[in-house]
Amino acid sequence: MLSIRNLHASADGKSILKGINLEIAAGEIHAIMGPNGSGKSTLSHVLAGRDGYEITEGEVIFDGESLLEKKPEARAQAGVFLAFQYPVELPGVNNVYFLKAALNAIRKSRGEDPLDAMDFMKLAREKAKLVEMDGDLLKRSVNTGFSGGEKKRNEIFQMAVLEPKLCILDETDSGLDIDALATVSKGVNALRDPGRSMLIITHYQRLLDYIVPDVVHVLVDGKIAKTGTKELAKELEANGYAEFQGKSAS
Amino acid sequence: MTSTEQIQERLEQEYEAGFVTDVEQEFAPPGLSEDIIRFISDKKNEPEWLLDYRLKSYRQWLKMETPEWAKVKFPEIDYQASSYYAAPKEGPKSLDEVDPEILETFEKLGIPLHERAALAGVAVDAVFDSVSVATTFKGKLGEMGVIFCSFSEAVVEHPELIKKYLGSVVPSTDNFFAALNAAVFTDGSFVYIPKGVRCPMELSTYFRINAANTGQFERTLIIADEGSHVSYLEGCTAPMRDENQLHAAVVELVAHKDAEIKYSTVQNWYPGNKDGLGGIFNFVTKRGICEGANSKISWTQVETGSAITWKYPSCILKGDNSVGEFFSVAISNNYQQADTGTKMIHLGKNTRSTIISKGITAGHGQQTYRGQVRIGKNASGSRNYTQCDSLLLGDSCGAHTIPYIEVKNRSSTVEHEATTSKIGEDQLFYCRQRGLSEEDAVNLIVNGFCKQVLKQLPMEFAVEAQKLLEVSLEGAVG
Ligand SMILES: Nc1ncnc2c1ncn2[C@@H]1O[C@H](COP(=O)(O)OP(=O)(O)O)[C@@H](O)[C@H]1O
Ligand SMILES: [Mg+2]
Repeated sequence: MLSIRNLHASADGKSILKGINLEIAAGEIHAIMGPNGSGKSTLSHVLAGRDGYEITEGEVIFDGESLLEKKPEARAQAGVFLAFQYPVELPGVNNVYFLKAALNAIRKSRGEDPLDAMDFMKLAREKAKLVEMDGDLLKRSVNTGFSGGEKKRNEIFQMAVLEPKLCILDETDSGLDIDALATVSKGVNALRDPGRSMLIITHYQRLLDYIVPDVVHVLVDGKIAKTGTKELAKELEANGYAEFQGKSAS
Repeated sequence: MTSTEQIQERLEQEYEAGFVTDVEQEFAPPGLSEDIIRFISDKKNEPEWLLDYRLKSYRQWLKMETPEWAKVKFPEIDYQASSYYAAPKEGPKSLDEVDPEILETFEKLGIPLHERAALAGVAVDAVFDSVSVATTFKGKLGEMGVIFCSFSEAVVEHPELIKKYLGSVVPSTDNFFAALNAAVFTDGSFVYIPKGVRCPMELSTYFRINAANTGQFERTLIIADEGSHVSYLEGCTAPMRDENQLHAAVVELVAHKDAEIKYSTVQNWYPGNKDGLGGIFNFVTKRGICEGANSKISWTQVETGSAITWKYPSCILKGDNSVGEFFSVAISNNYQQADTGTKMIHLGKNTRSTIISKGITAGHGQQTYRGQVRIGKNASGSRNYTQCDSLLLGDSCGAHTIPYIEVKNRSSTVEHEATTSKIGEDQLFYCRQRGLSEEDAVNLIVNGFCKQVLKQLPMEFAVEAQKLLEVSLEGAVG
């Protein structure tokens, strides 16, 4: 489904990603762990097409097509979804209205008819229940005045409604207390599907107790330093990243 | 195509109302003089006192200077170069006699004038250059005692009301453009709502500039008698031309005891092209007086057009417990300049005013919010709340906020909040990551930003105003 080959990226002349190779098959869940500043968010931004990064080498193939030339909206329409580390506030823009516009833009790109308000509301309520999102949040402006946890939950709610093929979750666990972590994870697990891949970015192992990955990668200084099973995450939790940081510096 | 090129393409989008209607028109010869004023007054069969009023205003105007305090730049206007009267030949007697070309013009602008086709619940006065060509639903309104007609007609049919109220809120000496208007005004609307009547329909006037080398001098007067209620809306468009055209209007509102006037504007005069060539110079004096206790005047404006906007719809809160409101969205794109805001003059006790101003600038646009809040010595227990937000799209535009606040008693409070923000890269990326195009993302963010104001518009016009914001700004990010 996703194949990242020798990806190098820089921002403001600073080299951040330094040759990433990653293969994610359909239905797989991969986790990327790494210390702060190792390039985790940069990788998610580059995959989603955010401005401000220069791709100096490498390529990304998604669903058989080259991804990096596409505009962000075209990537989203092709099925790439990024749950933001810092979800953005859109004052005055109704949450339901926003999501309906997004879903219908995606449907349109696929030649499907738009959902009308009634059908959309039905879908939205169903998905809100799935991620246990408070119905009140649906009526408010997108993320405006939401607590940290509510914002993260809203991301997963959007993901549930848009049903992407590739879900990239950037530190979805940060800012969540243990109960919220459990419900958000439940929502994510409910979206596990043989046709859907996930790339879970996290700093801590605890999220991976809830969303159990097939593969774990350690990202250090813009490179994948080690790849393993979920046991690798446990080791990291115990030993920290020091071992890898030393290695990459040499 | 780079995103900058795409943005450029969107910005170069045509102004939809920019066409010219080919009708035979009659003009006053170019220039301004006492003779021209006599010509206009004569065309309108005006009584002697009104001609005197015009001439007196003209003589005062000659002694006045163009105000220079506003933050707008424009070449000196040659007042002798354009014509002060343009009207389709053969003034119609009834709707059936209106030139089909003119009916079609309004139809194209989304204002069907035949009552069977008209928007339900909206009566329209259609002003084409210097004259009103049709007013709909006059009969139906008349049954309730509501007078809704062209200003010219009111002068003939209701001279006592005109004589009593004309210039009572905006005296002809008020300012340079108000004096000019008082001398040469041509048409506009007149509204009178009798005591205790809730006007059953939205009233609206649609102003169309069609002729070249003319100015339009609109005059509107709305009187809400005790305990009455009216909601009025005006819309404006003009053809695309390389020359600037002047629109200098005066609007006066009078709300008596317990009365309420809601006045909404959707201003879409031709804004000029992307290089700043052409466009309407919109110099407007709008003021309402809350004459009686518990009265209310509410201004809502959506200003997307004009090369220059100079406009400060104001409220004089004279009656005790009276309320003034000003809700504004103004967009300045390309080389548009807007200096707009309001004045809230609190004279009565426990008077309240609210100001919500949303300014959006893009391209090389320049915009100033200029607002005055004055709470007089006797206006004890009064309150004002001002919120003034600017949204910048791009790096070449500018937004400025100039509040003047004066409070002369201790029991009153004034609250002022102002923010300036750039449309966020992160907001745009967030929307696009969810599948929305860049244009849709900008529209969504701008509409969200303006929501507080847009929701004040009568429902019939809210959608239109929203669309207008979209065409005015589509893709204006960089
Ligand atoms: N736009 C940018 N310009 C310059 N440096 C950047 C930019 N974005 C990120 N960086 C730097 O790149 C490194 C990786 O950042 P990031 O991808 O956010 O790391 P992580 O998500 O792993 O904490 C950091 O050192 C950060 O300061
Ligand atoms: Mg990060």
